[in-house]
Amino acid sequence: MNRQTADHATLADKFNEDEPRVNWHDQTLWWVRAKRDRIAWTIPEWEQLRDTASSIKLNALGNLHDYLLQFEQQAQQNGAIVHWAADAAEHNRIVTEILQKHGVKRMVKSKSMLTEECHLNPHLEANGIEVIDTDLGERIVQLAKEPPSHIVLPCIHKKKEEIGELFHEHLGTPAGNADPQFLTAAARLHLRKEFLLADAAITGVNFAVAETGEMVVCTNEGNADMGAHLANVHIACMGIEKIIPQRKHLGVFLRLLARSATGQPITTYSSHFRKPREGQELHIVLVDNGRSRQLGREDFRNSLKCIRCGACMNTCPVYRRSGGHSYHNAVAGPIGAILAPNLDMKDYADLPFASTLCGSCSNVCPVKIDIHQQLYKWRQVLVKEGYTSTAKTAGMKVMTGVLSAPGVYKAAGKMGRWVMRAFPGMVNNRMNPWYKQREMPVPPAQSFSEWYKKNKKST
Amino acid sequence: MKVGLFIPCYIDQFYPQVGIATLQLLQKLGCEVEFPQGQTCCGQPMANSGYEHLTHQCNSLFIKNFADYDYIVGPSGSCVLHIKDHLHDPAAEPQAEKIRQRIYELTEFLTDVLKVTSLPARFPCKVGLHQSCHGQRGLGLAQMSELVAAPFSKPEQLLRMVEGVELVPLDRADECCGFGGTFCVAEEAVSVKMGKDRVADHVKHGAEVITGTDVSCLMHMEGILRRQHAGVKVMHIAEILNQYTDEQANS
Amino acid sequence: MSSREKILAAIKQHQPEASALPSLTGLSGNMPGTLEAYRKVLEGLGGVLFEIKAESEIPAILAQQYPGLQRVIAASDIQRTWANEDPHLLEDVDMAIVPGQWGVAENGAIWITEEDIHVRVLPFICQHLAIVLPRERLLPTMHEAYEQIGAPQSGFGVFIAGPSKTADIEQSLVLGAHGAKSLVVFVIG
Ligand code: SF4
Repeated sequence: MNRQTADHATLADKFNEDEPRVNWHDQTLWWVRAKRDRIAWTIPEWEQLRDTASSIKLNALGNLHDYLLQFEQQAQQNGAIVHWAADAAEHNRIVTEILQKHGVKRMVKSKSMLTEECHLNPHLEANGIEVIDTDLGERIVQLAKEPPSHIVLPCIHKKKEEIGELFHEHLGTPAGNADPQFLTAAARLHLRKEFLLADAAITGVNFAVAETGEMVVCTNEGNADMGAHLANVHIACMGIEKIIPQRKHLGVFLRLLARSATGQPITTYSSHFRKPREGQELHIVLVDNGRSRQLGREDFRNSLKCIRCGACMNTCPVYRRSGGHSYHNAVAGPIGAILAPNLDMKDYADLPFASTLCGSCSNVCPVKIDIHQQLYKWRQVLVKEGYTSTAKTAGMKVMTGVLSAPGVYKAAGKMGRWVMRAFPGMVNNRMNPWYKQREMPVPPAQSFSEWYKKNKKST
Repeated sequence: MKVGLFIPCYIDQFYPQVGIATLQLLQKLGCEVEFPQGQTCCGQPMANSGYEHLTHQCNSLFIKNFADYDYIVGPSGSCVLHIKDHLHDPAAEPQAEKIRQRIYELTEFLTDVLKVTSLPARFPCKVGLHQSCHGQRGLGLAQMSELVAAPFSKPEQLLRMVEGVELVPLDRADECCGFGGTFCVAEEAVSVKMGKDRVADHVKHGAEVITGTDVSCLMHMEGILRRQHAGVKVMHIAEILNQYTDEQANS
Repeated sequence: MSSREKILAAIKQHQPEASALPSLTGLSGNMPGTLEAYRKVLEGLGGVLFEIKAESEIPAILAQQYPGLQRVIAASDIQRTWANEDPHLLEDVDMAIVPGQWGVAENGAIWITEEDIHVRVLPFICQHLAIVLPRERLLPTMHEAYEQIGAPQSGFGVFIAGPSKTADIEQSLVLGAHGAKSLVVFVIG
């Protein structure tokens, strides 16, 4: 995939050219957030559950080395073949080799943000292997040749009319039909054929249990199961942070995941894959791709607790009004903004700044990642490492120079106010991003300090 | 009780009436208030932009100004939060720590330290309360809608003591207004859109005045309201809490 | 060094100090494990519940609920010739009737394992699904469910909660994505 060069602000600016569409996007996602709130309130011990989930994940991070070995050993005992990939390229190579060994030309894939992160699809296609994404939302963006814009709701940015058109073009549905029920039925028929034809299936992994070597995959559609139970080769791709210690811990995470994600009590299917089916080959690819590095960053390692529920995106007032693609990364939104700089500080230096630090993300996060605090900390790191423009740094230096010297500050402030009163045009121009859509504050005749000096005695 | 009044830079420069209302309100409630001269900025705009390492001088100055007070009170949740979280000085760490523990945002000072239960104020008006994020989520001035926990709101508690105030309900009780410090210019489009949506929620529910604990958010929303030529005004909560009753005004 | 060794070494070097695992007690609150609670949640998911005394009541109810079913198979059927065939051939199954082991009242989920269904794809590939659950096997929450299930015995197990569904198109909920289009739960006993 091409790296986008435009930054978040530029892409968000573009997204905002169509205000009714921004309203629609914002309201749709807010509705998901509201559903999450409603169902959370039906669980009086909700906050305790979040605490528990967070501590289990902390334990998993602190024992990751041993848990991974335990998982590998259990999985092998169960008959799975375990692979280790240091980075995206190695992951893609491993998957391709497995498929080539079996002569696979056409395969199905259920949702896996990891394979998005690794850009697996283009790699496979370059090797002559056709990948069919089977999650409805992912299939839609695949047909549209776009990346998903949300980790749980991949085509949340698309209107049903646009989807109707895509289906008309690719699946031969009647032109102008944009009824979700009808389009879903059409996709069901189309993808059933693919499930029946596929030689191999790739699935993601929601949780991998060290104790048992099993993997849990959660879907509402049933696409992971349709793929994995029909194909002769099942490849499960997972980041190394998906490990949880014991089977009983699944109870905690499965109670939180769907409620946080979409406000439903659990996903329709929570499938526990332990052994390959008779005659089937089960491969598990454990992928690092920067995770062990993030583990070493004390301030940021908690981001590895993420269970990819998407709640932080649904609640994020910036995400809702800028769209997933404005984050130009496989994982968008607040969590994407704290994961991406670990992958590439230069390419993603803009993302931690794409936030007001309002903190709503940290409050909805089912594993209590301190997302907004990490955004703040990434800003400090990115500035220190020199990934912000020199102009901005110079401006900041002037600012701190002014603000830490009372005399200079007073003069500057006075002048600023005087200028604004006398010649509003000088600051109220289109070069001033504040003024583009907002009035400047009306400058008062005197500052508070001036007033205080004059009135101190009398108050 | 000696209170040091902390007036953040943009209030000093653009909203002196908020400083005045804060000062008068605290005095009315029996505090001995001083405004240390030579205040500038708490360093928050720099720190939130990733330049916390450049704020040392701001910090030293802040400590010099405020080390001697029993309490430090400021009418801005975000600035107070910044000091609480980030005020450090290797040369004066004990003083810095004392300040971090003794600094209060105005409304929490009123409810938690002064334990105000009634206010001699009257303001017959439909008021929309904007819960600023840094005050609410950072300082805990109000319960957050994301949590499954009992609701409370310190600013609301105080507004309910003001005779005549009618608080309007909102569709989204605590969504961010989009100011966000340098975000308001760096991400102009999203910032403005957030502000427009926030303002629309208040207008839709009939607010005549939008109030809050952070002037920065109010300045942003005011800029939008004025551009829209909406009749709705913004006022800092100190200005409402400091409104005199008719008798006081006449006496 | 292989990638495996490299990754493990980096993790060992970077992982935080080990912390204790939290206790899982007290997380279920007062969630009731009753049939009424279960029914309410299941119906919210688009499932239908029937209370029956004996399995022999099932065919009549299905015939009434689903007129025109062609191919109906029951996992408990001793003949089970389909179990030895290519799973792809189950594509034309209109209705599969499978036994469930545990039902969870808080979310409508029912635990089913490979041993119950013989062919893993069965409860997914069928057009409609019926699950038969003993009444005394209802539990309040997932915590009790995992306590009961215990260590894994099967190669594959699944919690199924309602019919398959999607809301990927403009968040409008549509039942019947890739798995079963509808779900009937027979609570027996
Ligand atoms: S960071 Fe938290 S809220 Fe966001 S996707 Fe991950 S688990 Fe969900």
